[in-house]
Amino acid sequence: MSDKIQQVFETFKHLSLVDKIDQLFVMLKQLVLAGVPEALQPLVSALLSVTLILAVFPGIFAIVTIFERKGIGRIQNRYGPNRVGIPFTKIRLCGFGQFIPDGIKSLTKEDIVPRAADKIVHFLAPIVMLIPVLLAYAVLPFGRNMTVSDFDAGLLFFFAVGGAVELSVFMAGWSSHNKYSLLGAMRAIAQMISYEIPLILSAVTVVMIVGSLKLVDIVAAQNYYTFGIAHWYVFTPWGFVGFILFIIASLAESNRSPFDLPEAESEIIAGYFTEYSGFKFALFFLGEYLGMFAIIGLGITLFLGGWTSPVSFLTWIPSYVWFVTKMIAIVFVFIWIRATLPRLRMDQLMNLAWKFMLPLALVNIVVAGIWHFMSHDWQRWLVCAAIIFGAYLVLGRGLMRNQKLGKRIYRYAE
Amino acid sequence: MSPAFIIIIIAFVTLLAAASAMSLRNLVHSALALTITFAGLAALYLNLDAQFVGFAQILVYVGAVAILIVFAILLTRSGDTPNQAVLAPGWTYGIAIAAVVFTMLGWAVLNSSALPKENSSAPAVTVKNIGDALMSKYVLPLEIIGLLLTAAMIGAVIIALKEPSKTDNAGGKS
Amino acid sequence: MTPLQGCLLVSALLFAIGFAGAVTRRHAILALVGIELMLNAANLNFIAFWRYGAHPEALTGVMFVIFSIAIAAAEAAVGLALIIAIYRHYKTSNLDEVKDLKG
Repeated sequence: MSDKIQQVFETFKHLSLVDKIDQLFVMLKQLVLAGVPEALQPLVSALLSVTLILAVFPGIFAIVTIFERKGIGRIQNRYGPNRVGIPFTKIRLCGFGQFIPDGIKSLTKEDIVPRAADKIVHFLAPIVMLIPVLLAYAVLPFGRNMTVSDFDAGLLFFFAVGGAVELSVFMAGWSSHNKYSLLGAMRAIAQMISYEIPLILSAVTVVMIVGSLKLVDIVAAQNYYTFGIAHWYVFTPWGFVGFILFIIASLAESNRSPFDLPEAESEIIAGYFTEYSGFKFALFFLGEYLGMFAIIGLGITLFLGGWTSPVSFLTWIPSYVWFVTKMIAIVFVFIWIRATLPRLRMDQLMNLAWKFMLPLALVNIVVAGIWHFMSHDWQRWLVCAAIIFGAYLVLGRGLMRNQKLGKRIYRYAE
Repeated sequence: MSPAFIIIIIAFVTLLAAASAMSLRNLVHSALALTITFAGLAALYLNLDAQFVGFAQILVYVGAVAILIVFAILLTRSGDTPNQAVLAPGWTYGIAIAAVVFTMLGWAVLNSSALPKENSSAPAVTVKNIGDALMSKYVLPLEIIGLLLTAAMIGAVIIALKEPSKTDNAGGKS
Repeated sequence: MTPLQGCLLVSALLFAIGFAGAVTRRHAILALVGIELMLNAANLNFIAFWRYGAHPEALTGVMFVIFSIAIAAAEAAVGLALIIAIYRHYKTSNLDEVKDLKG
């Protein structure tokens, strides 16, 4: 057995120190696998990857909930939670330990199921939400050689399991036997389905240019540098528009503000998870945030170059550090958007999806094709940017035309 | 846990879910059992090395058709458990004919000499091959499918559109 | 029994279940569910033959199933729109009570 471990060290010995830190987790995993008998190796490999994902991303979720509350608080000119440290000790953390009592609270609250509710479906809904969301992490490349399973049709797998989340939303809303839950669930499903189309269409442009559905290939296609700047797709006109569309659509897919009409507290109590309390509510909350991280991870892979660094003199930073940094940066942008923009009404939401984002995504596909076939000089930048900007103006005008803006009309109750 | 054992379990779950989808009283439960059937079928496709088809099955059937069926159940107010009979009159003939169909198909499968006997390896089909074929050899069916889906979408919207309120036959047959 | 015959038997049983349900249930949506099950059984048949049969052309089975899935989705959409329109007119979705030729 020790000679197998020797073999693993041999394959890694010739790497430089920077590469060794970069491949640290890969090396650790192969070390553990070398100490395991041959027949059990696939199982142990899968268990290790799953344990790492289950440890890291809920940890990021806990930190992000704190940053969200403090961040939104500061933008709204107030402190967020600023007292909780680590419980039962005297360590003061100025509010950064808030997730511990939050977790304990949701675990120990009473689990109330309405009497007329459909018990089996009510029980299964949080599980059906959590499983596809965790499955989606299996295809994301977190670092160099650090994908759990690199399917041939990886992007299709991601969107397929993303579509399964809508079913759990319906199960939650219908089984609660509550008309507000059902209404919230219907609205949430309509919103998710409508925004899935711009999401997938903006990902199609990247697939078109790369020529493969494997996420590892998509990252590798962005991994080269000109004048020190990486060839991320967000630095091209069609990639920039695609990235913006992807971000807006992923805000809508995770039911985050300003698209959180189905679950906002001042609108419909809590929408489809009104009747959930205690641990099931915590599972829904966790599932929603994990879904947000997964879709941000996909956006990073498609448009922001995955685990590559933006400038060529910073490539010594390990690849997984870049991935997590980009993810946290986009999460901060999401928190900022949530604290700043007002909520969209349901019809405004659907208008935005079908009448603005879908045509713009289709124009984006055409522009990506033009970009690919034009000669590689400055003219294609001009042509592509002009086409996209023209389409944006036309569609924006079309959206604004239906608004009746004018003097405010007061209506009093008679 | 040999692979054959897992395939048998998945096939059994699929068939059980299909049977309950057709025999449950509550329509929403039946729709959810149908979703389990679709997922089981996707697992069978993945077992048969058809990756693209398996993921497309989950995307289209579980993500879209199941949601359509559920929306239709709710829009026709059939979400509660019905208290009338659920089986059409003459249901025994239906079950008998289905049994006859299955017997004939099963007999044909088990005793046919046209089936290849040796176990061949999986054909190596990547997504790139599917994409190339869709653009070169199967481009006509691709365009026709695009046209068909557009026509189906427009047709479905027009059929299900609420008519502007007319003053006659508002109360139909009940 | 070869794996091919196993898959074909599963597909035949799925087809029979879908057929039985489409013919015996009264509700219109369940008839559509039965039809979807029958289509899925045929898809499984295609994939089983693609995997285990002789393959001079390595893509026909997969192509057929992709187009079949797309057509089934379109047909489900139109069928459900029809059921909604019928419900709006007849106020019922029992197939036995939708029997007037003149609206």
